[in-house]
Amino acid sequence: MDNLIKRLEEIVGPAHVSAAAEERYFYSMDPGTMPAAPPDAVVMPKNTKEVSRIMALATEKGVPVVPMGAGLVLSGLTRALKGGIIMDMKRMNRVISVNPASRYAIVEGGTSQGMLQTYLKKHHPGLKHSMPDAPPVATIGGNIAIHGSGHLSVLAGFHTDMLNGMEVVLPTGEIVRTGSCSVSPDWFARAPLPDLSGIFLGWSGTTGVITKLSIKLFPKYKHNDLLVFVCEDADLMPEIISRLTSAQAAEDMTPWMTPKPFWAKGFLHINIAYGGHTKEELTFRRNLLRASVKEYMDKKIAGFLPMPPPQKKRFMKLPSPDLARFADVKKGGGFEYVGAIMGIERFPEAYRAGLEIAEKHGVTWSMGARIIGAGHCMMFFYAYAFNRADKQDVARAQAALEETNAAALLIGGIPWKAEAPAQKQIMAKMDPSTRDLMDRVRGMIDPAGIMNPGNLET
Amino acid sequence: MQSVIFHPDLCASCKSISCLMRCQYIEFSGIDEARAERKKINSGLDSRVLHECLTCYSCQEYCPNGNNPFFFLVEQQEKLGILPAPIPIVKEQLAMMAPRGRLEPQKAHAPVVDMCAFPMLTGCIRPPLFENASVFSGTDFFCNIMWLHFAKNSTIFERVPKMIENIMTCYLKDSGPDEHSMAELICFHDECYGTYTTVANAYSIPVPFKPIHLFDYIDKKLDELSGKIKPLNAVIAYQRPCSNRLIPETDKTLDRIFEKIGVTRAARKYDRQNALCCGGVPRAHQRDDFADELLEKNLNDMVASGATYCVFNCPFCMATLAEAVAEKGLFPILVSDLVQTALGG
Repeated sequence: MDNLIKRLEEIVGPAHVSAAAEERYFYSMDPGTMPAAPPDAVVMPKNTKEVSRIMALATEKGVPVVPMGAGLVLSGLTRALKGGIIMDMKRMNRVISVNPASRYAIVEGGTSQGMLQTYLKKHHPGLKHSMPDAPPVATIGGNIAIHGSGHLSVLAGFHTDMLNGMEVVLPTGEIVRTGSCSVSPDWFARAPLPDLSGIFLGWSGTTGVITKLSIKLFPKYKHNDLLVFVCEDADLMPEIISRLTSAQAAEDMTPWMTPKPFWAKGFLHINIAYGGHTKEELTFRRNLLRASVKEYMDKKIAGFLPMPPPQKKRFMKLPSPDLARFADVKKGGGFEYVGAIMGIERFPEAYRAGLEIAEKHGVTWSMGARIIGAGHCMMFFYAYAFNRADKQDVARAQAALEETNAAALLIGGIPWKAEAPAQKQIMAKMDPSTRDLMDRVRGMIDPAGIMNPGNLET
Repeated sequence: MQSVIFHPDLCASCKSISCLMRCQYIEFSGIDEARAERKKINSGLDSRVLHECLTCYSCQEYCPNGNNPFFFLVEQQEKLGILPAPIPIVKEQLAMMAPRGRLEPQKAHAPVVDMCAFPMLTGCIRPPLFENASVFSGTDFFCNIMWLHFAKNSTIFERVPKMIENIMTCYLKDSGPDEHSMAELICFHDECYGTYTTVANAYSIPVPFKPIHLFDYIDKKLDELSGKIKPLNAVIAYQRPCSNRLIPETDKTLDRIFEKIGVTRAARKYDRQNALCCGGVPRAHQRDDFADELLEKNLNDMVASGATYCVFNCPFCMATLAEAVAEKGLFPILVSDLVQTALGG
């Protein structure tokens, strides 16, 4: 181990390697329920070359490497399940360039959502990227790697759909490029080439380390507004969502259901964010959205919550502070959720399953979804807050999460960025040929089996 | 169900039918149609008025007989199940504004100011206008008049007596000038004063304290502080709220206040008895197009008046309109803050 630390120090400098107990403890867990798994060392590279050398060294020594962004995945994907090195990417945080004509930004793998947001606000106020509902320190690379979504997802799909290409360091240390940047100096699209980006998306960091990426940017509207649609019948939700998305006027659509505050209990809400370059455009979009669900308003069975502009402001913050607020309900700093990707038509059963599980386990819950694409699917989440200092509370949340993962799979969904036990459930249900192909791909890319071992294993 | 005080015979004998004929939002082909619709309403039958009503309270002010036509109309809406807003919207707001039972009796001292359900505005209660005031707010003290906009008279009957009891128990029990006099309660919001006077009378709800309208309090206070007044020499556009229709006499007091602080209330088309709704309620009724229309007419009228301030007394009107008003170049401000400005507070 001493030799490894020394070799890592030679690559990144002594200030950026640590095997100190307190650092290893700090990097052993995330805010979720998964048990701690400390690494042997933590390393913070500054550039692609350093990443490459670290990977080559790890392969040579057969030491596991766990790439990490901000460590906010909540499901324990950045724990060192088999020891080894956690590669913290936060020093690789440059916004390399922005192409306003083709609307994309090239950033380093450890660039945070907040950094890009701030950079664009300062240098390109007419552009924005899709912010996930995570703290701003969450990294763009990390979120892309797990098929994340954000406030422009109803417009443009998963964040991986907004990816134009990447620079990735393979476990063996080779540096590869995917997308247009593998042929052209420009990073404008993944088409028309074979889409090799997929080898690194949704793999939970088991295939390589993203060192650069190009992400699509979108027009930032001068005028923005929010509607909150409310109904009481979960069975109506698929049709309501279908109608609202058919208007193709929104940037973001996020249903939410929660027993707290108490007045919200029993109601199903959909926050709908939209914008326009002019007031007229804004009103036009609002009218399209309203018209799409007029039938429900006329029947008086659902409608838009009246909210004066000051009340809307908290719902329009990017990223939304509401999940962070919920995460602290139990005052113990514990928060985890099952986010399951599933079809819109599954909404009612997903909701009912969540209610049953929450009641059974007596957990503090909140449910919601983010609609992906024009109603093409959704990320339905079941969030549980718990007190990390209270073991029983943690155990309750753990049991609820495990049951929720099973329920999501049962109704046809797939847990997103699943924690280790849920990964096993997914892999058990997966088509054997698909599992086999995954193994072959990984075996080819990572012959020494050093990339984030313990995850997505068959 | 309890009923409001309404005299059908008196209504039937009315020749002007001002309640409907003067309505700014529903058009009638003539007085015959208005008469026919009135008859339907008074007979407990469906009427297009019950569906089209904006619930702006104006008919309550227009009635020459003080016969509570608006309260009666809302009662008929509820009886016939004609809801102006979708059911989940009403139910969720009923829950949102429900009393929470967070009652902590406190020793209050005059002046005691009721901020209704606007805790975010307690910063308005400051010297010199509100020297040494006791303040309370929250849904346990919410006047509940808003349910007139949602065909929920029954909620008013149910909740207002409880609110009165809460106010007495928590703040006013021991704060009367002496054992023979009723304690005074300064109502910051028109709606509260309207509830504890006009609504309470019409709904036969006893009120064991003396409500004081904010304007009356300010008017009197300005006399005490006359030496501190620095006239503002400004022209203002006033957004008269719906609930002021229940207590029109206070509008004259407001004129006196404006005069005392050197403010000219612009003579504009949509003020006084022709005041337009702020648009918040039609949006709750899912009538955004109509709310947009009202907003445009109102704002254009304000701008044309040459006003530099848009003055509100209703916090909800202000929340609804402030941004739009500011975009038009007018400074949105509450009456009390405008007065504080003149007093250097």
